[in-house]
Amino acid sequence: MSFLDYAPAPESQALLHLRPEYGLFIDGEFVAGRGEPFQTINPATEKQLAMIAHADAADVDTAVAAARRAFERRWSTLSGSDRGKYLFRIARLVQERARELAVAETLDNGKPITESRDVDIPLVAAWFFYYAGWADKLDHAGLGVNPAARGVAAQVIPWNFPLLMLAWKIAPALAAGNTVVLKPAETTSLTALLFAEILQQAELPAGVVNIVTGGRETGQALVGHSGINLVAFTGSTGAGRAIARAVAGTDKKIILELGGKAANIVFDDAPIDQAIEGIVNGIFFNQGHVCCAGSRLLVQESIHDEVVDRLKQRLSTLRLGDPLDKNTDIGAINSADQLKRITELSAIGEDEGAERWSPDCDLPESGFWFRPTIFTNVSTSHRIARDEVFGPVLSVLTFRTPEEAIAKANNTPYGLSAGIWSDKGSRVLAVADRLRAGVIWANTFNRFDPASPFGGYKESGYGREGGRHGLAAYLQPAGSAAVAAARHAVAVDADHAVKPSAARKKATK
Amino acid sequence: MTSIPVVATQPSTRSRALALIGGEATDANLRRYLHGIPGIDAVGLEQRAAALGTRSIKTSSKKRAIDTIIGLIDLTTLEGADTPGKVRSLVGKALTPDPGDPGCPRVAAVCVYGDMVPYTVEALGSAHAAGRDQGIFVASVATAFPSGRASLAVKLADVADAVAAGADEIDMVIDRGAFLSGRFGQVYDEIVAVKEACRRADGSVAHLKVILETGELNTYDNVRRASWLAILAGGDFIKTSTGKMQPAATLPVTLSMIEVVRDWHRLTGARVGVKPAGGIRTSKDAIKYLVAVAETVGEDWLTPSLFRFGASSLLNDVLMQRQKMRDGHYSGPDYVTID
Repeated sequence: MSFLDYAPAPESQALLHLRPEYGLFIDGEFVAGRGEPFQTINPATEKQLAMIAHADAADVDTAVAAARRAFERRWSTLSGSDRGKYLFRIARLVQERARELAVAETLDNGKPITESRDVDIPLVAAWFFYYAGWADKLDHAGLGVNPAARGVAAQVIPWNFPLLMLAWKIAPALAAGNTVVLKPAETTSLTALLFAEILQQAELPAGVVNIVTGGRETGQALVGHSGINLVAFTGSTGAGRAIARAVAGTDKKIILELGGKAANIVFDDAPIDQAIEGIVNGIFFNQGHVCCAGSRLLVQESIHDEVVDRLKQRLSTLRLGDPLDKNTDIGAINSADQLKRITELSAIGEDEGAERWSPDCDLPESGFWFRPTIFTNVSTSHRIARDEVFGPVLSVLTFRTPEEAIAKANNTPYGLSAGIWSDKGSRVLAVADRLRAGVIWANTFNRFDPASPFGGYKESGYGREGGRHGLAAYLQPAGSAAVAAARHAVAVDADHAVKPSAARKKATK
Repeated sequence: MTSIPVVATQPSTRSRALALIGGEATDANLRRYLHGIPGIDAVGLEQRAAALGTRSIKTSSKKRAIDTIIGLIDLTTLEGADTPGKVRSLVGKALTPDPGDPGCPRVAAVCVYGDMVPYTVEALGSAHAAGRDQGIFVASVATAFPSGRASLAVKLADVADAVAAGADEIDMVIDRGAFLSGRFGQVYDEIVAVKEACRRADGSVAHLKVILETGELNTYDNVRRASWLAILAGGDFIKTSTGKMQPAATLPVTLSMIEVVRDWHRLTGARVGVKPAGGIRTSKDAIKYLVAVAETVGEDWLTPSLFRFGASSLLNDVLMQRQKMRDGHYSGPDYVTID
């Protein structure tokens, strides 16, 4: 028997107690949805994990009204330091329940437990800790003294990092004094609902955070709702466009984190072993379900063969299988739909003449799986070099000079991230300066930190999340009080439609 | 350039090295070659080492790992206070690591100072490998270990002495001063000379482990260059440390050396061993090294001719783990023998 046949080391599920069904989280309580409940499954086994409530437009109304009430009566009246206390409390509870959340994330999403345990959940806590610290320091956010919250935030998040994307959205919103209605992705609602339990545990005032689960039309009802003040969306460029259209002509603030087709540029003087790791981490981390994934490898022609050779050797050591096993590197694809898209785009890559390679590895019988895949002989006109695959598929292209590397890296409608590998610091800085991408990693890839702003150029979206910049979307500058008053009136009018009590309140003002 | 005479070594090794560096082993040629090797990004290397350290080796895998570790240990005593009695006791431990379990594997080698070699050979008796594949090897540190601050003549005499006394393996130290001041040719020539001094009367050659003392080289780039230099000069093993200074072996340093050995194999097809020494005290740590070897250069390397642990206290922790795996409960330090 081989040493490398590691015995199974599955993470225990004993800490996790899932309920058979989950309601919507509105005004501090779990309530039934009016729509038809849907199941959430484990993509590694296709077995049902729980039934999830489906919010229809009326449920969204209720949630927005609850958020509005909480904003006006409670959350906006608290001092920054008091809001901070809640956020610190949430951060600590996330840490306390980290293992449970990691197991739930892995079950629902299909990502390896090592990633949910070592990356996702620790970052969730870090995000809350970071923005908890900002809550009483908003005067220093760069928007003048005493900036105001915007009001009710509608937030729609994707399925690739379910709880982490929730944290990216909720933490800055609450720190800045907004209240929230959040819609998790249809296939990954579970950790958001466990997070709702954490909010109850933290005794966050009712209505400050509301979670409405459901499909696309739930999201549409939410972002199109007249009672919200801002929309924050992370997801595909197509969906982002639709949201931008829905919001156009209103005074809703909008931030979009959309797709990407990042270039990972490897120069011939790169620290080669670390570059190989960075390439692997760039595209195979989280099964490539990463909007900032380094899906286009741009490697200097002089080292192309060596890099590809080493990369293949490294890929042969990746372990694909049970996401709960602590030795798994590549987990399950999140859904049948996504698997279909990855499969189709990869087939197109072959048809277009690129050379396809995957390591030998057995795929489990049930569940959604895709072998890590490399395409060589890719040219810039191939679809696998242009379209976002959002899966474990790497396209390898070459360049001869830094000039060509920059031109090819920028030759994409996207501009979310990029990576540069070189031992020469001056070259790293010079190239980084000319790449049109929001995040540029030098000699590393896919590293996230709450203090660092994140966001895209071009079709990768607008607005920034993380760091001080991440607060801007959720605050209005101190000077815009008149604008704020007008916005407030509009919002309360909107509220009137569903909540007569709120309208009465307005009348007495 | 150095005045040390270049001694003829196995022509294949030497000519291959000279072909690679593109000329004689001068400081300039070696510098050009060693500085042409891709650099190491420290953050990335440490991250990779940490990731390898998260592999979860349980149940049957752990059992196998533990026996593998025992078979890869160079059980070591390198004290000024060493005596023939101490060495005999250590040899006893090497032969029978766990008196309660005859199925327990033996260690790979016993590692001592040169003057202790005769006593070690005597104590091992018929268990001494002495050129066979079976049995326990005797390793001796030499070349004015641990500092290496002596003339070449003294270093070579030190080596010849240990080899004549029956050492199967010589653990030499490189001249870190020469390396750090850029006298690569001197370091190269010394290794070549020591390798030649490892030759026995019958023409066979004692295995040469080259200690880089990575704690004194300070940067990963230096460790990588020193590793290449040692291999080019004909070292059979590259070894991290003397164990006499901190930091000794760390997982990132060892990983960077395993990568060199892997690249050398890619380049030439030849196999060179790696020996982390000093600071590895627990089974848990040792297992991380096995994982790093198997996932970087392949599990073929998990054999005494290509991988060793230089350690003393590691063995007892491994034995306690082994007893725990067998009996289902932890025993305690009084249930394993001190040497």
